[in-house]
Amino acid sequence: MLIKKTIASDPKSFEITSRSTYLKRRDFLKGGAALAGAMMFPWSLQAALPKKIPNLVKSPFSTDEPVNKYDDVTGYNNFYEFGTGKSDPYSNSGDFKSRPWSVTVDGLCDKPGQLDIEDLMSKFQQEERIYRMRCVEAWSMVIPWVGVQLSSILNKFEPNSKAKYVEFTTLVDPEQFPGQKYPIIPWPYREGLRMDEAMHPLTVMATGIFGEELPPQNGAPLRLVVPWKYGFKGIKSIVRIRFVEKQPVSTWMTAGPNEYGFYANVNPEVDHPRWSQAKERRIGEFLRRPTLPFNGYGEEVADLYKGMDLRKFF
Amino acid sequence: MVKKKKFPYKPFVFVACLLPACWLVYGVFTGLLGANPIEAVLRDLGDWALRFLLLGLAISPIRRIIGWAWVMRYRRMIGLFAFFYAFMHLSIYIGVDQFFDWPTIWKDIVKRPYITIGMAAVLALVPLAVTSPKTMVRKLGGARWKALHKLVYPIAIAGVVHFFLLVKADIREPLIYGAILAFLLGERLYRRLPTRGFARSS
Repeated sequence: MLIKKTIASDPKSFEITSRSTYLKRRDFLKGGAALAGAMMFPWSLQAALPKKIPNLVKSPFSTDEPVNKYDDVTGYNNFYEFGTGKSDPYSNSGDFKSRPWSVTVDGLCDKPGQLDIEDLMSKFQQEERIYRMRCVEAWSMVIPWVGVQLSSILNKFEPNSKAKYVEFTTLVDPEQFPGQKYPIIPWPYREGLRMDEAMHPLTVMATGIFGEELPPQNGAPLRLVVPWKYGFKGIKSIVRIRFVEKQPVSTWMTAGPNEYGFYANVNPEVDHPRWSQAKERRIGEFLRRPTLPFNGYGEEVADLYKGMDLRKFF
Repeated sequence: MVKKKKFPYKPFVFVACLLPACWLVYGVFTGLLGANPIEAVLRDLGDWALRFLLLGLAISPIRRIIGWAWVMRYRRMIGLFAFFYAFMHLSIYIGVDQFFDWPTIWKDIVKRPYITIGMAAVLALVPLAVTSPKTMVRKLGGARWKALHKLVYPIAIAGVVHFFLLVKADIREPLIYGAILAFLLGERLYRRLPTRGFARSS
């Protein structure tokens, strides 16, 4: 007979069962097997199920709108590195390794260096931030992110006065990212923010969702979240952050220069050339709802763009 | 002479052609279509409209190249299914995706070439569907009927162009449809080449 000693760090039974309610239908058997395995070999649990992020604090920036379903947030993704279908990231990310992971931070700063994911998780206060996310394809979700305000990370590397923009780069590894075997968009995925956008209190480096570490399809182990911009600005699986003087050229700017601009602020007045941005379908809802300027965060961010022609700087 | 009773394949083909639609209905009610079922239904209906269009265009080349004359019996049904899926595709776009938001739909038609082209293609299929019964061939006269149904070539081209214009970056799938269509239309052009005609007549 197997005798199981209880250790304080062991996951509590209620933690395991609550997790099971999240599991996808088609994963039910897989999850069940993992659960059975975990009961016999508790140390295997870490690999089987995403880790909870401890000591979360709630953020005043969170919306109180109803959060989208876990299955929808983790099963309907644009992450071309795993494939261009919406369920490809879920289906093709089984072998993705988000540990060990470190981010090179360099460029125009006084203390360039490495940002290790374990340090990011343990040395920074993790906050829950429930944000609206508006995709450029005219759908939206409400997602309970976990993460760190980007400014508090960037400040550690002491960007100097020449730094006007921040450039982010995603990992290139066709073994882990099967989508990268085809030049559908130029790899690596790149994104950028103006310094004041990057330092804005709403801008977050996300490390988790639903209180747990990010699953690969959502950009593990760390991804950008800029809630007033279209979702594609939220670059995933970041390996490099660089302070630069000139405006970076993002991947989508290269792929479709007249369709995707650098700013990509949510704007119902400026249509994508091929579809209207006036309305959006909130995932889980039937009728489209009107899209709000800056995705509803205008009060916080509109000042950043004072005097700019947002039709020109789309 | 006693006529041998033929095995009734047609109902089976009919049911097979209906399966994609059944799957979509089933998927909607069981939640198997994912987070955005409206988009999934819209896309799938469009895919199947294109597939049936190409299949309909493949019938006569199959007869000519492989020599299966029997496939001709299914051409009308396949063509009508192409119309069915294309019509459902347009209906879902208007009635569900846009929920009869006519000003937006009108703006889409005017401003967005892929919508303009797609809508024109579906509308152009209507006279073909209406004149599909055999009695209509007689009424119109064979030559005129044939001329009218040549519309299917620009319609199929419009369908592929519509698909090509709407994808964001991954053009592989529309390229596959385009290649198949190019082959099917190319086969027809090749048969009409004068050099080949001379060779045959000599």
